[in-house]
Amino acid sequence: MTLETSVGRIELERPGMVASGIMGETGPSMARMIASGAGAVVTKSIGAEPKAGYPNPCFTEIKSGYVNAMGLPNPGIELFADEMRIAVAAGPVIGSVYGADADEFAMLAGRMEDYGAAAVELNLSCPHAKGYGMELGTDPEGVKQIVVAVKGAVDIPVWAKLTPNTRSIADIGLAVQEAGGDAVVAINTLKAMVISPEMRKPVLSNKFGGLSGPAVRAVGVRAVYDLYTTVDIPIVGVGGVTDAHDALQYIMAGAAAFQVGSAVAKGGPDVFDEINKGLERFMMDYGYKSISEMIGVANE
Amino acid sequence: MSNYARITGITVEAYDTKTIEFQWDEKARPGQFAMAWVPGMEEIPMSLSKIGRIKSITVKNIGESTNRLHQLTIGDTLRLRGPYGSGYDLKKGVKYLVVGGGIGVASVLPVIKETGADTIIGARTDKDIILYDQAHRYASDIWISTDDGSRGFHGNAVELMREKCDENRYDCVIACGPEAMLYHLYKACEDLGLDCQMSLERHMKCGAGLCGCCMIDDQRVCKDGPVFNKEQLSGMTEFGVSKRDTCGRLVKFG
Ligand SMILES: Cc1cc2nc3c(=O)[nH]c(=O)nc-3n(C[C@H](O)[C@H](O)[C@H](O)COP(=O)(O)OP(=O)(O)OC[C@H]3O[C@@H](n4cnc5c(N)ncnc54)[C@H](O)[C@@H]3O)c2cc1C
Ligand SMILES: Cc1cc2nc3c(=O)[nH]c(=O)nc-3n(C[C@H](O)[C@H](O)[C@H](O)COP(=O)(O)O)c2cc1C
Ligand code: FES
Repeated sequence: MTLETSVGRIELERPGMVASGIMGETGPSMARMIASGAGAVVTKSIGAEPKAGYPNPCFTEIKSGYVNAMGLPNPGIELFADEMRIAVAAGPVIGSVYGADADEFAMLAGRMEDYGAAAVELNLSCPHAKGYGMELGTDPEGVKQIVVAVKGAVDIPVWAKLTPNTRSIADIGLAVQEAGGDAVVAINTLKAMVISPEMRKPVLSNKFGGLSGPAVRAVGVRAVYDLYTTVDIPIVGVGGVTDAHDALQYIMAGAAAFQVGSAVAKGGPDVFDEINKGLERFMMDYGYKSISEMIGVANE
Repeated sequence: MSNYARITGITVEAYDTKTIEFQWDEKARPGQFAMAWVPGMEEIPMSLSKIGRIKSITVKNIGESTNRLHQLTIGDTLRLRGPYGSGYDLKKGVKYLVVGGGIGVASVLPVIKETGADTIIGARTDKDIILYDQAHRYASDIWISTDDGSRGFHGNAVELMREKCDENRYDCVIACGPEAMLYHLYKACEDLGLDCQMSLERHMKCGAGLCGCCMIDDQRVCKDGPVFNKEQLSGMTEFGVSKRDTCGRLVKFG
């Protein structure tokens, strides 16, 4: 029995990765997460320039999850070289990037490749430069342009991380596939808001934020199931995974691997070890020898 | 989880420091902190200077957000997230020496209350000393150091600590204060073969161990800390040397 899996060309010893934005800002923290049993770590989404993000409050707990509007704080691609050097020495690192347009995405992806990233993950949930609060990843044509530009700039696999805040996530997945993308990652956070009745106003400084944690799991599983029926490229599932049982939902919906974000708050870095043990127990009990035997079986 | 608490008491501790008291039913340990917020300020980390059913934060006014907290009055509502962090690991039969530097006394006050340990309060001048009366009530013995000699020992808290460790036998130093003080205190503990636990500060956003912005080396100050033991401190390359800014850039202490 083995927990090995692959996302296209990328071979992973363990199927769980650290999701972008979770302990992925510094080299030492990424190295620690890999040592804790994660199969890979996705970096914080990195942009062209250093960014402080939105002022606090930018994060809050709700009953079944979290709502955050960090505002993509990051040290910028130039300085991130120092962090990547440390992280890459520890294991597979997926470089997440966000840009204002296709050219910027391509430039950033190229730098991640130079730094030794095993693959690049495009954060398509960042705001559309043209405004209206729309996310880049809601427009299939725009997504295609970005993926084509990045594919032309790097040799490492290109993963597109999809936003659930769109009419049809499957259409966006198809656009990624048509543009030559190597995998889709689903889902990013759901647009959300928390109001404080005591203070009579939204809690987050940005007013809106993104919902994550157990509250989004059923939405994520459904998105992966939909994508599995529409695209042929591998799918990485993310959203509300806290234990092996949650991870298995994503795998059986069609994910070749999964990512864990919010669960690191309560479970700590050890959450990966726990999930790995739980997967082995399940596979033992139900007679599976490999992750690949379970991928997408719920669609049959 | 987040909660809202009505302010029930405000005490002026010094010209720039106030204690804000409220009823908050969450269970808390010595050394834990909360993320505090009211509209018109950034949400910021504050140590709990009282941890029973009635809790408090002790705020030094150094900028916009702490200034906003100083404007609050009895009856106002405060939003609190937490309690967060590891807290001090207190054991029976261990002889502790508590050292609080400046506003750091707020974090160690619950330790003094729980253990009755000997205590050193360090401050720049006489008028910067805070929480002395409260600490005095619970500490077995208590000494003051001021940089300018306006009260107590003339010198810094680390020099006074070395003196007291000559006179008495301690097992472990518990401390919170400016990082330069903590760093030299840690060095003194190494010299003297004493164990120690120290509470550190880094810029915090989520406070819950997720975003990774409060890292010191590979440790999250909000979750793995803010209190670190001697073994953890000894492995840190950034302790006393550098910290991360709000963008995640490494900056050296000035
Ligand atoms: C675990 C912990 C416990 C603390 N306990 C206390 C306490 O009991 N009493 C007290 O008076 N102060 C405490 N502080 C420090 C307090 O959080 C800062 O003084 C406060 O955030 C300053 O905000 P400002 O807007 O008034 O000042 P600013 O001018 O905005 O900032 C001044 C300095 O405060 C620090 N700071 C600002 N924002 C943050 C943040 N989000 N997280 C961490 N540091 C920040 C930075 O070093 C900054 O340079 C604690 C800090 C931490 C990390
Ligand atoms: C604090 C925080 C920061 C995040 N930052 C990013 C980011 O920079 N880039 C990104 O693509 N996703 C980011 N995400 C989204 C996560 O990667 C993930 O898609 C989402 O949280 C759902 O997974 P979860 O329920 O396991 O957290 C962030 C999530 C959280 C909670
Ligand atoms: S403040 Fe987010 S991990 Fe510590």
